[in-house]
Amino acid sequence: MTVSDQEELVTAAPAAPAVTPAPVAGGRASREALYFARRNRKLVAGFGVVLLFLTVAVAGPLLTDHGPNEYVGPPAQRPSARYWFGTTMFGQDVFAQFTHGLRSTFLVGVLGGGLAAAIGMLVGFTAGYRGGVVDEVLNMITNIVLVIPTLAVLLIIAAYLRVRGVVPEAVFIGLSSWPWVARAIRAQTFSLRSREFVDLARLSGLSGRRIVLKEIAPNMSSYLFMTFILLFGGSVLIAATLDFIGLGPTEGTSLGLMMNNAVLWSALPLGMWWWFVPPGLGITVIVGALYVMNVGLDEVFNPKLRAM
Amino acid sequence: MRRYFGRKLLIYALTFFVAVTVDWIIPRFMPGDPVQTMLARASLRPEANQALQAYYTDLFGLDVPVWQQYLNFWNALLHGDLGISIWQFPQPVTTVIMRAVPYTLALLVPAILLSWWAGNKFGAYAARRKWLDNTVLPLGYVLTATPYMWLGILLAWSLATVAGLFPVAGGYSFALEPSWSPAFAGSLLRHWFLPFASLFLVGFGGWAIGMRNLIIYELEADYSHYLESLGAPRRLVRRYAFRNALLPQLTGLALQLGVIVAGALVTEIVFSYPGLGYLVLQAINNQDFFLIQGAFLFIIIGVLLANFLVDVAYVLVDPRTRTGMRGGS
Repeated sequence: MTVSDQEELVTAAPAAPAVTPAPVAGGRASREALYFARRNRKLVAGFGVVLLFLTVAVAGPLLTDHGPNEYVGPPAQRPSARYWFGTTMFGQDVFAQFTHGLRSTFLVGVLGGGLAAAIGMLVGFTAGYRGGVVDEVLNMITNIVLVIPTLAVLLIIAAYLRVRGVVPEAVFIGLSSWPWVARAIRAQTFSLRSREFVDLARLSGLSGRRIVLKEIAPNMSSYLFMTFILLFGGSVLIAATLDFIGLGPTEGTSLGLMMNNAVLWSALPLGMWWWFVPPGLGITVIVGALYVMNVGLDEVFNPKLRAM
Repeated sequence: MRRYFGRKLLIYALTFFVAVTVDWIIPRFMPGDPVQTMLARASLRPEANQALQAYYTDLFGLDVPVWQQYLNFWNALLHGDLGISIWQFPQPVTTVIMRAVPYTLALLVPAILLSWWAGNKFGAYAARRKWLDNTVLPLGYVLTATPYMWLGILLAWSLATVAGLFPVAGGYSFALEPSWSPAFAGSLLRHWFLPFASLFLVGFGGWAIGMRNLIIYELEADYSHYLESLGAPRRLVRRYAFRNALLPQLTGLALQLGVIVAGALVTEIVFSYPGLGYLVLQAINNQDFFLIQGAFLFIIIGVLLANFLVDVAYVLVDPRTRTGMRGGS
């Protein structure tokens, strides 16, 4: 049981980090982590790229005086000084769509990833710490949600919604993509639960909730953070998929929706690469940078990997 | 053995039950009247409209109690009755879906198996080899971060539109009639290749990275160091590491199935490949809710079956689970 749980930890996601539950020794350890973090090229580069795109998402829409879906220029224009990323088949500004789409992407990532992390932690800590019947029931629920393909459920929900926004989309993604987190955290909590410092805390009369928050969670804080990053990337990809199928936001825009429109209105046979390259490239670079950042973080927190 | 499979099958049965219930609940408790929406948006001939109206009112059976509706739904489902498609009126949903399923399977099965196999082999080979690690690893991260449809779009644009090496859309050439001829088989193959390649590449990147990381962990494990200190050849140590790393990759495969299926759906849309994904797109554009619900159930069933196959493979690959089950851990 513990063997397979450990293994699940490692491959919960393609780039899931392995965990070394080393007790955090307060200020010194975090100073040391910061020391290695600043010197880790992968972490710095990944973080820089994400920050760059975040800046574009925040500042980009301020550079254009028209909305993403307004018909502002001549149709099907190549990139030019006036329209940096060209225009769509209908004369919409691709750059405006791109920057607004980036906003949706970050919103979905933070909200969906954050919600999934919160639910996963709640379920994982509860199941792992309480054990017994609670664990059995939660584990059963986790396994069921785990097997159901997220996208299929989102598909059927979104199909019946007539007005769709980015926020509900993010919430639904968060509600359905937490199971592997719950499983990984449950396994971690199991292994930490019987440690001496947890016993000590229990003897001193701390409540279960406080033991989890003060004694167990800090010991895997690095893992929890990396989990959030993976969930962020996952949410962005799921949202792009959903938008591309045609169940994206009905108002505003998103990167997936841009690709959907481009394919739908024959940008491919017409060779309008400026319409479909930026949105996909944006997603790829952001998610890729997040993954690379995660590898960097793994090296920072896990001394074994540092020598590489 | 029996306990292991019993537990797994129970979970799958429960999952199926939950999925069907979701499939039943959502149309009935969402705001608005789906029957009206559906009929209002589908511009049909009047007689078709009338027939559908009667059919759906009867099917939704709003005059019987809720529990009766639920049981009726199960009853119809177990008889293979998923309703009638609006997009392809008057064909039953089951027929429409069954026509698309072979195309989706022809993409998915080879893409999953080959990318898993090749990714693992390659990741294991690249681990701890400096220049491969430095060149291929970044590429792997880019591939696994790529949204499936974007890679599909890029391939379709570069290799089909610009270079003209492959057809852009469809499952086979529109000039041909489906038949058992070499010409038709060749056409099928040419249309199949690009969607397959984009599914394969995204998967390949992910598996290669996963395997590379696992091998490095395994090479740091005590047994590897012990073997090395005994003077075992490097290749032998690597082989042991590979076999140990294969198990988590198998678990990972089960976890990734849903994502891969979703990837296949959007890839089919890019290439207008006549599988389930293309069907779902048409269903959404035509507000064909019964088709969407049918596709949902088919996807769930497919993923459950695939999960079960991975479970079987796990028992075959991991001797620990076998002995553990016999002796009762």
